Amino acid sequence: MPQRHMIKQLSIFINNEPGRLAAIAKVLSEEGINIKAFNIAESSGFGVLRAIVEDPDHACAKIKDRGIIVKETEVIAIPLEDTPGGLFKVAKVLGEAKINIEYGYAYSGKKMAVFFFRVDDIQPAIRVLKDNGVTVLTGDEC
Amino acid sequence: MYWNPRIECIPRDELKKLQYRSLKSLVYNLYSFNAFYRDRMKAANVHPDDVNNLEDIVKLPFMYKQDLRDNYPTKMFTSSREEVVRYHVSSGTTGKPTLVGYTQGDIDFWTESLARALTSIGIGTGDVMQVSYGYGLFTGGLGLHYGAERVGATVLPASVGNTERQLELMMDLDVTAIACTPSYMVHMGEVAHKMGIDLVKDTKLRKAVLGAEPWSEGMRTHIERDLGIKAYDIYGTSEISGPMFTECEEQNGLHIWGDMMIIETIDPDTGETVAPGERGELVMTVLKKEAMPMIRYRIKDLTAIMDDDCPCGRTSPRIQRITGRSDDMLIIRGINVFPSQVEHTLMQIPEVGEQFMIMVDRQGALDNMTVQVELSPDYFSDKMSDMMQLKKKVSSDMKKYLNIAVNVELMDPGSLPRFEGKAKRVIDRRSL
Repeated sequence: MPQRHMIKQLSIFINNEPGRLAAIAKVLSEEGINIKAFNIAESSGFGVLRAIVEDPDHACAKIKDRGIIVKETEVIAIPLEDTPGGLFKVAKVLGEAKINIEYGYAYSGKKMAVFFFRVDDIQPAIRVLKDNGVTVLTGDEC
Repeated sequence: MYWNPRIECIPRDELKKLQYRSLKSLVYNLYSFNAFYRDRMKAANVHPDDVNNLEDIVKLPFMYKQDLRDNYPTKMFTSSREEVVRYHVSSGTTGKPTLVGYTQGDIDFWTESLARALTSIGIGTGDVMQVSYGYGLFTGGLGLHYGAERVGATVLPASVGNTERQLELMMDLDVTAIACTPSYMVHMGEVAHKMGIDLVKDTKLRKAVLGAEPWSEGMRTHIERDLGIKAYDIYGTSEISGPMFTECEEQNGLHIWGDMMIIETIDPDTGETVAPGERGELVMTVLKKEAMPMIRYRIKDLTAIMDDDCPCGRTSPRIQRITGRSDDMLIIRGINVFPSQVEHTLMQIPEVGEQFMIMVDRQGALDNMTVQVELSPDYFSDKMSDMMQLKKKVSSDMKKYLNIAVNVELMDPGSLPRFEGKAKRVIDRRSL
């Protein structure tokens, strides 16, 4: 299974102090890290920022150096067709294969809308999608 | 009305003679029959023969809570197991509890102390007293229970919790007096209000004996004015027996029965005696305890001794309301919590670092404790469900060690303040 279909996502811990997100965004900006897509999950007292960035390994090291909790996680990226039912097609394939989507988020992309999502076991998920004719994007394509 | 007028109104000089005689025989007994006290006195280079008047008490060495922990469970007991009729246990700072034991004589003198106290606030035969302190290992419930029975009151042993039912029983059984923590009293008032119960019109409750946690004149005003109940302060700790002393009807200082206790106040840093009226750390010598005598026990509560005459006619010295602690102990919902306990607990939890801050708030009538901890990077997950699980685990581990529910706030590593020298890890935002 080609590694290139696994997209590296940065997950960053944010505690609930006011201004904490701004502080993290400032670090990203100072380190010249460009965010392509992101999502924030929040709970009582803390949040997790998930971001797709250019050169994730380098960005991850830079953020870690600044004392911020960060972790690289692999996610899947697929193009979403700009027609009704675009999401349904993908969700149906995964649902029938009993693959659970932990979380996901979309961005408008350069050429097309892209859906990023996290599953527990990524390799079988990519295989199932491909077998069912779903395009799975590589890091360069999104 | 006095319970024991002969002793409660004894002339001061006679009381002092009595105290000296009791002290002298206590010191002799302990020196002769108990290795712990003998060693402690020898280390302080003091012999019972050096105690020749009441003032000589200052020559005797102090005792500390740590002594009870070091000698857990029963090494400090001066009675045989067969003579001990009851144990009470309080939570410890590092997982090790403090055990106290009572002979029948100890139970009797504790009960006598509360009988005098309850009589001094007009509780006796004809009253129905709801004891809403915890029954069990904690001394509050059983202590008040015995005291109220002794004065002839009808006792409703309600213990804590199930407030709505407590209020229904209060109405059904014509309860006239209650013993509980001041915050539980306020909570009861709030629940009564929600249930549409007017404590003044719908119940016969007129007196509350409140303690086991620090409270203030402001809270008394609130309880007396808004709930229509006379509120009296009660004081004691398990090391001296349990809750023992209350204010009288004057509501101006807690009477500390001189035939049972010698009280001193000291400068917590130097150990030097401070004058009556000056704020200091309370030191208690229990003159009558058989199973576990306490000499110059440093309770760590701050107060001032009042040695003026009380208009009620009782001659015992009084102490002012407790205004704070000379150590960093927190009292959260009536449970003692030391920051060192939190630290100890965190060291057992790999998901978080050992740095912490404690925030204490009062929401409505209930204390809320929040502990901020630093998340260990290895345990961070991008999945919210994992993070919620982690937070829950830290909370439940804390609860297991501290016996109280704790809110946990996860912070970035390195974000909590580091202290050189004396750490200030507690932010207590409760306004009493």
